[in-house]
Amino acid sequence: MTRERRRFDVSGVVQGVGFRPFVYVTASALSLTGSVSNDSAGVVVEVEGEADAVAEFAVRLRTDAPPLAAVDSVRSRSLPVRGGTGFTIAASRHEPGGTRTLAAPDVATCADCLAELTDPADRRYRHPFVTCTNCGPRFTIITGLPYDRPATTMAGFPMCPACAREYADPADRRFHAQPIACHDCGPTVSLVRPGAPARTGADAIAAARAMLAAGAVLAVKGLGGYHLACDAADGRAVALLRRRKRRVAKPFAVMARDLDTARTLVAVGPAAEALLSGPRRPIVLLPRRPADGLADAVAPGNPDLGVLLPYTPLHVLLFGLPGDPAGPPVLVMTSGNLGGEPIVTDDVDARERLAPLVDGWLTHDRPIHVPCDDSVVRMVGDEELPVRRSRGYAPLPVALPVEVPATLAVGADLKNTFALARGRYAWLGQHIGEMDDLATLDAFTRAERHLEVLTGVDPAQLAADAHPAYRSAAWARRHADGRAVHPVQHHHAHVAAVMAEHGLSGGSPVIGIAFDGTGYGPDGAIWGGEVLLADYKGFHRFARLRYVPLPGGDAAVERPYRMALAHLAAAGVAWDASLPPVAACPPAELAVLRHQLDTGLNCVPTSSMGRLFDAVASLAGVRHVVDYEAQAAIELEGLARGAPPCDGYRFTVTDGCADPGPVIRDAAHDVAAGVPAAVIGARFHRAVTTLVVDLAVRARDHGAGTTVALTGGVFQNALLLAGARDALRDNGFTVLCHRQVPPNDGGLALGQVLVAASGPT
Amino acid sequence: MGHGGGGALSAELVEHLFLPAFGAAAAGAGLGDAAVVPVGGVRLAVSTDSYVVRPLFFPGGSIGELAVNGTVNDLAMAGARPLVLSTAFILAEGTALTELARVAEAMGRAAAAAGVRLVTGDTKVVDAGSGDGVFVNTTGLGVVDDGVDIRPEHARPDDVVIVSGDIGVHGVAVLSCREGLEFGTAVRSDTAPLHGLVAAMLATGADVHTLRDPTRGGVAATLNEIARAAGVGIEVTERALPIPAEVRDACGLLGLDPLYVANEGKLVAFVAPEHADRVLAAMRAHEHGRGAAVVGRCVAEHPGMVVARTGLGGTRVIDMPLGEQLPRIC
Ligand SMILES: [Fe+3]
Ligand SMILES: [Mg+2]
Ligand SMILES: [Zn+2]
Ligand SMILES: [Zn+2]
Repeated sequence: MTRERRRFDVSGVVQGVGFRPFVYVTASALSLTGSVSNDSAGVVVEVEGEADAVAEFAVRLRTDAPPLAAVDSVRSRSLPVRGGTGFTIAASRHEPGGTRTLAAPDVATCADCLAELTDPADRRYRHPFVTCTNCGPRFTIITGLPYDRPATTMAGFPMCPACAREYADPADRRFHAQPIACHDCGPTVSLVRPGAPARTGADAIAAARAMLAAGAVLAVKGLGGYHLACDAADGRAVALLRRRKRRVAKPFAVMARDLDTARTLVAVGPAAEALLSGPRRPIVLLPRRPADGLADAVAPGNPDLGVLLPYTPLHVLLFGLPGDPAGPPVLVMTSGNLGGEPIVTDDVDARERLAPLVDGWLTHDRPIHVPCDDSVVRMVGDEELPVRRSRGYAPLPVALPVEVPATLAVGADLKNTFALARGRYAWLGQHIGEMDDLATLDAFTRAERHLEVLTGVDPAQLAADAHPAYRSAAWARRHADGRAVHPVQHHHAHVAAVMAEHGLSGGSPVIGIAFDGTGYGPDGAIWGGEVLLADYKGFHRFARLRYVPLPGGDAAVERPYRMALAHLAAAGVAWDASLPPVAACPPAELAVLRHQLDTGLNCVPTSSMGRLFDAVASLAGVRHVVDYEAQAAIELEGLARGAPPCDGYRFTVTDGCADPGPVIRDAAHDVAAGVPAAVIGARFHRAVTTLVVDLAVRARDHGAGTTVALTGGVFQNALLLAGARDALRDNGFTVLCHRQVPPNDGGLALGQVLVAASGPT
Repeated sequence: MGHGGGGALSAELVEHLFLPAFGAAAAGAGLGDAAVVPVGGVRLAVSTDSYVVRPLFFPGGSIGELAVNGTVNDLAMAGARPLVLSTAFILAEGTALTELARVAEAMGRAAAAAGVRLVTGDTKVVDAGSGDGVFVNTTGLGVVDDGVDIRPEHARPDDVVIVSGDIGVHGVAVLSCREGLEFGTAVRSDTAPLHGLVAAMLATGADVHTLRDPTRGGVAATLNEIARAAGVGIEVTERALPIPAEVRDACGLLGLDPLYVANEGKLVAFVAPEHADRVLAAMRAHEHGRGAAVVGRCVAEHPGMVVARTGLGGTRVIDMPLGEQLPRIC
């Protein structure tokens, strides 16, 4: 047999995921000598031994990689045989100017660590920071690359001898686990209460649990920021939290003690179970059980409940181990922030800003370097639909179907998420939120800088929405520094995002159906019910909803009765006082609104499908004023899901213009005839489903191919998405839905990257 | 074309069209409403403005009062004592002479009240198709006293921001009259000459850095212009903004933000913090400053940006107005 020496350069998510121990174990098992090390581009391996064994090693490098690793490329080359004994793990090398390795997202506590946490014989029994190479904080504690302890917020915690031994032992699960810690050397948990001495350690956690059981609201420090927690079954506690947070109706997510507890709240299918208990552990929106035992105020009027399971050891201990005094089995867990501001991460900030909201702080001294909100996923049947891509996902890249230049896409103004891209990758940042306050703009700036550090992408161009008043676009212009800022039409970006997720190279256009609330159109109108025949380069607006006046900008969004009245007027239906939106509108406003609609005063034409949902929800008497975005549509969907089978209303389509007039007239007729709102909602959902198929067929007949992309915030509606998807498939279409990024504006940056890359440079 | 609406687009025309086109002849000219030029040892302030408001007559005033007070105020905001105005009329063929006479009488009364003289003028008549009624241009001259140097770029961090009274009143009055809308209590235009108020403020000896009348684009446009000109951040407190209930209600019905609604008899002042109380007291003692209130301050952070501190303790960004208020919610 011949001896051979080979070098492998492995890139991808390969640092902080146990890759080097895996290489060590694999090489040792094959009796290979050599070394493995991290550098700023990934992992570098050199092995030497029998040619067969080296070949086998090359295979296992890909097939047996650790669960959290995502190997992107392995380049290998032959080296002169050198001899030597043993296999070593070398120190990290950082070569300036090189491409970067991919930083890992934060990972929920793994089964092994959980077992140690609950084992009285283990030295990490009840240690709130137990972690290993397979789990624990990553993205939120990394201050720089390569990923080593000094470049994390664990830098201030010198390892004790026992931890240091595990850290240095290639055979140990904690070999080079940067956040490694134990009772002797790790961070400390403490409970802070105004006017009471602080408690630390197990005592703090037990006291916090007792406070929650007694109805208190606590700030709890998590991975990516503080949560506000209270007993979800305690109506007074939830009401207290709502009052203090001044949040009237927007649903709270709840954390259930375990999967069995979650099953008492919501219907959990196999796919949802995997998500709930998997390493990413997002909030999963699932259909609520009728008697879930929770306070009504947790998610009023909502057919779904956002549920998540504990993802840090501290969460597990807060619920209590067997034998502990019982605490609430289900906690409200909502972002610790002041209305609209980013989630609080800094301890001093938390003490000051959250003071009016909470009765105490369960906190610790491991700093959070960047904020990262919980991710949200909705189940559509057994398929996963991202609603917010953040903790557990960021900063994992999305692989791109085409090469792109180094680009920063700044996303949209609501649900803002930005993206850095270069070559065949787009790294999407964490959820930033609504860009209407200064703290959020600052958070955007910091998150963008951090991701530049982690990815090494130095953007040569920027992409932003074409809306003239978007603050994200203004941010791009302020920070352009001579670089080009490409304006990208909102719905074009939505369609490009789905195309990119599905690996389309853009060679042939798709039938892009983009239904959302608001996007700026090149004609100055507010678009949102669009059929675009699009590739990355451009689009043809094949069809749209008929324009109606949007009276009073954001006021029309906040008060759906205004949209209902606008649609009634456009459909030629008299404003009879018995119609719910007419009754809901104060008389003085009714007169002014009539004048606005007649003269166009402070009205913009809109083809928004989201606003049509609002209008129908108000017309059906479901909701006239919203407290949070899409509330009216969500409640309408919830009612429609429970309706018996019924015929749909019908849009009429002429010359690429879909007129909702007949839908509105029939719905108004149903309202007058006393048809239940659930049935009206169901008939409307059917109408939109039928419209989607009708428009797609027209586009296909027009020679637009057979691939339909469904995108835009309206397609977060599970009833509509499932219905449209199935009906399109039945009609022979290939249907692309969002799987990796949200259909709402949280996915927009991905599309902006592709459009900017294909446009004029 | 949204370029006449005040705010970002107007500024863009000046910056990217007029100034380059004027070339060397515009040396020293800026975006200000008035210019101060030294002439033989005297600092002369010059300002010009054209008035196109519709309708011509509205509760609390007419285009005549606006044409006088508007230019008087532009001079006053440069710290000048207004002296004389020229008046130029562009009339659509067929304009009723009785209407023109009412406008002219209103101008005479306003000039007398403001203590300025109308010294020269011009009249042109254009085809009815190209005009609609009466348009007025006034150009004003005034003198800036020694030691007075008030400009947008003089605002600096820690300055206290004061408004002289209720905001949004004029815009709502004109709008409700033009659109034939009733907003319960009658809202009347606040048009007034402000140089007397300015004189009272300066008489305190206080260090007044910047003055501006928040006309087109409202308080939001004015604050954004000053933030950019001075390179400072501005933070206003939402609850401190004097917005009358009827203005708030009318704006709520129409979907407008009162911060973007025009005023004609109000000013915004940026004053050194140690002098703020003195200035505020002097303003409140003057008939056009009775409702004066401290609404915010300048900060070193976020230069060029204006934010409002909300009741919740957040900081909402106040943008430079564009032509229309478009929704951003998706
Ligand atoms: Fe959108
Ligand atoms: Mg002026
Ligand atoms: Zn683990
Ligand atoms: Zn230790």
